Amino acid sequence: MSVRGPVRLTSWGRTASADCLVARPRWRHEALPVPPPGACLLPYGLGRSYGDVGLVPGGVAIRTDALDHLISFDAERGLVEAEAGVCLDDLLRVVVPRGWFLPVTPGTKRVTLGGALANDVHGKNHHKAGTFGRHVERFELLRSDGSRRDCSATENPELFAATIGGLGLTGLVTRLALRLSRIASTDLIVDTVRFGSVDEFLALTSRDRAHEHAVAWVDALSPRRLGRGVYFFGDHAEDGGLRVHGPARLAAPELPSGLLGRPAAAAFNTLYSLAKRPGRARVHYDPFFYPLDGLEGWNRLYGRRGFRQYQCLLPDPDPTGPLKELLAQASRAARGSFLCVLKRFGGLPSPGLLSFPAAGITACLDFPDDGARGEELFRRLDAVVRDARGRQYAAKDARMPPDAFLSSHPRWHEFVPHADPAFDSAMRRRAGAPRP
Amino acid sequence: MNVAVFGAYSGMAAECARLLAPRGASFLLFGRDPRRLEIVAADLVARGAASARTRAADLADVSAHAALASEAGAMEGGLDLALIAHGRLPDQSACERDPALAAAAFGNDATGAVSLMLALAKPLEARGRGRLVVISSVAGDRGRRSNYVYGAAKAAVSACAEGLRQRLAPAGVSVTLVKPGWVDTAMTEGLPRNALYVPAREAAEAILAAAERGAGTVYVPWWWRPIMAVVRALPEAAMRRLP
Repeated sequence: MSVRGPVRLTSWGRTASADCLVARPRWRHEALPVPPPGACLLPYGLGRSYGDVGLVPGGVAIRTDALDHLISFDAERGLVEAEAGVCLDDLLRVVVPRGWFLPVTPGTKRVTLGGALANDVHGKNHHKAGTFGRHVERFELLRSDGSRRDCSATENPELFAATIGGLGLTGLVTRLALRLSRIASTDLIVDTVRFGSVDEFLALTSRDRAHEHAVAWVDALSPRRLGRGVYFFGDHAEDGGLRVHGPARLAAPELPSGLLGRPAAAAFNTLYSLAKRPGRARVHYDPFFYPLDGLEGWNRLYGRRGFRQYQCLLPDPDPTGPLKELLAQASRAARGSFLCVLKRFGGLPSPGLLSFPAAGITACLDFPDDGARGEELFRRLDAVVRDARGRQYAAKDARMPPDAFLSSHPRWHEFVPHADPAFDSAMRRRAGAPRP
Repeated sequence: MNVAVFGAYSGMAAECARLLAPRGASFLLFGRDPRRLEIVAADLVARGAASARTRAADLADVSAHAALASEAGAMEGGLDLALIAHGRLPDQSACERDPALAAAAFGNDATGAVSLMLALAKPLEARGRGRLVVISSVAGDRGRRSNYVYGAAKAAVSACAEGLRQRLAPAGVSVTLVKPGWVDTAMTEGLPRNALYVPAREAAEAILAAAERGAGTVYVPWWWRPIMAVVRALPEAAMRRLP
C-alpha cells in the first residue's frame, strides 16, 4: 500500500488534530506500510472518536475504510465475518433484511467494525448484553513485524484480550467474526417515563431488568430543575416487518460557535416527541439507536471551535452522591450542558483488558468547547470521578490528565507487553502511559 | 440475472456488482489477480449473490479474449449484462519520455477494450438480448495536455462503443457507454482530490441506472455532459490555458 501526505486529520469533536501520513489499504493480504524512522502507525476508521485516541501526529494513519469487504454471512446462525473497515451502517443494510441486528451498537452507525472493537463500544443494552467485544468470536491481527495472528478466546487469548478495547495499539485488525442478534421486527416498542430528580432516576434504573434497551436524558441546564428528565425503555417488537434504515440526507450547516438551536433539535425529532409524551410508542430502530446520524456532519453544528464530551463511569456500590455532585457541577458552569445522557451499566464483564464499562452509572455530558473555562469545569468533574473511583471513556476524551488515564485503565500494565512497539497514539503520549 | 465483469476489482465495477448482488445475481468475475477476485467474489455472495465465480486472466492479452467472451456467454441461462471496466491511468510524463510506455498503455486501455467489446458482441448478438456496459472517460472527449495518452485510449474506446451500439441495436442488445469524470477509486488514489470527485458507489448507482434503461452515452455524474460540451467547443488558445 502506498503512503501519502502529509494530511491533517481532525477528531470528531474538532478539538484535536494531527498532521500525519496516510496509508489506505484496499486488500487485507497486503503488508503494513513501513513508517519513516521514528514515526509510528495507528489504524484510523471513520474518525468518529471525539478526541485524540485515533490520531498519530507525525506518524502513519492506516485508514481502514477501503478494507470494506464482507467475507461470509451465515444467515441461519447469524454469524458474519467481515473486514475491519466495514461500517456498521453498511453491515446493517445486509443483515437486517435477513432478520439480524447488531448485538451491541453505539449511538452512531458511522463507525467501522475495527473501531467498535478498538473502543469496545457499548450501547443502550449494556445491562443485558455487555460490550461489543463480548460478541466477537475471533479476529486477525496484523503486527508490525509482519506476523498475522488469529485471535480468539482460545487462540492467542492474551492478544485477544489486549486488542478488544485496545485503542488500536496492538496492531491492525484486518478481519473479524461477529455473532449477531435475531430480530423479528425493525421496530422497537418504547416506554417513556418521566422523573423529577436524581433519586427518582436511580429508583427507575432497576426497571431496565425488564427491557433490552434503556437510557435516560437528564436536564442538567438549571440548578432548579436538576435531575429532571426522561427514561426510555425499549424492546424489539415481535411484529411490524423488517425495514432497513434510509440514507442520511441532510448536511449540517456550520453555525457560529455557541449557536445551537432548532437544527439540532430537529435531529432528535423522534425522541423529543416521545419525551414530551410519556407512555408507550412504536419507533423504527434508526431514530431510537441513531438519533444524530440523521443529520450528517452534526459535529459541525458546534461551529469551528468544536465541542467536548465528558463521559465517565460512576461505579457501584453507590454512585448516588457522585452523580448528584457531577450534575450540580455541570449545571453551575456558565454555559451548561446541551445533552446529558445517563445509563446503568450491568456487571457483564468484557473480554477486553482496557474496557471502559463496569457496573454502575455512566454519565455523558456534551459541552461546546469553552476553552479555559470548560477545562476548569472538567477538572472539577475529574475530582468527582476520582473520588468515586470511577473512570473516563477514552473514545470521547480529548484532555484527561495522566493520572485519570491510568486510573481509567487499571489493567494498563497487563496490556503493555501486548502493545505493538510500532503503534502509538496522541492520547497515549499525552497520558504518558507506559509502552513496550 | 447473469453478470460478467471484466476488471472486476476495479472500484466502479466492484460497486456495480455490489449493487446487483442483493438481487440474487450470478457473477463471473475476470481480472488479473486471483486473490483479489476471490475477495470480491466472497463479498458479493455475502451480500446476496446467487453465485460468484472467478477467472484470473490478463485482460491486456487480446488472444485470450475470444475464450473469455465465450465463457461469459456460456453462463447458464445466458449472459444478461457484461461490464467492461478494466483500464489503468498511465504516468503521462513517463509516456512522454518513453513512447514505448505510451504504446503499452494504449494497448492495455484501448486495444484491450476494443478487442473485448467485439469479442463479447458475439454471444450477446447470438442471444438476441442483453446489455453491454463499457466504462470510458470524459478524458476521451478531447485531448488535454495533462492526460492525452489516457484520453487517446478512451477516445478509441468511446468511438468503438458508439459504432458497436449501432450494430447491436437491431439484435436487441444495448450498449451503454459510460464517461465518468473524477471518481474516488484505486486508479485515482495518487491524484490530488478536488471538489469534482465522487465516490465509486455514487458512480456505480448512475451507471446501473443508465444500463437498466438502456441508455446510450451517459456522463457520470450527469453534469459532466454540459462541461465537456463546452470543453469540446473551446478554441485552441483557450484550451492551452486549461490545466
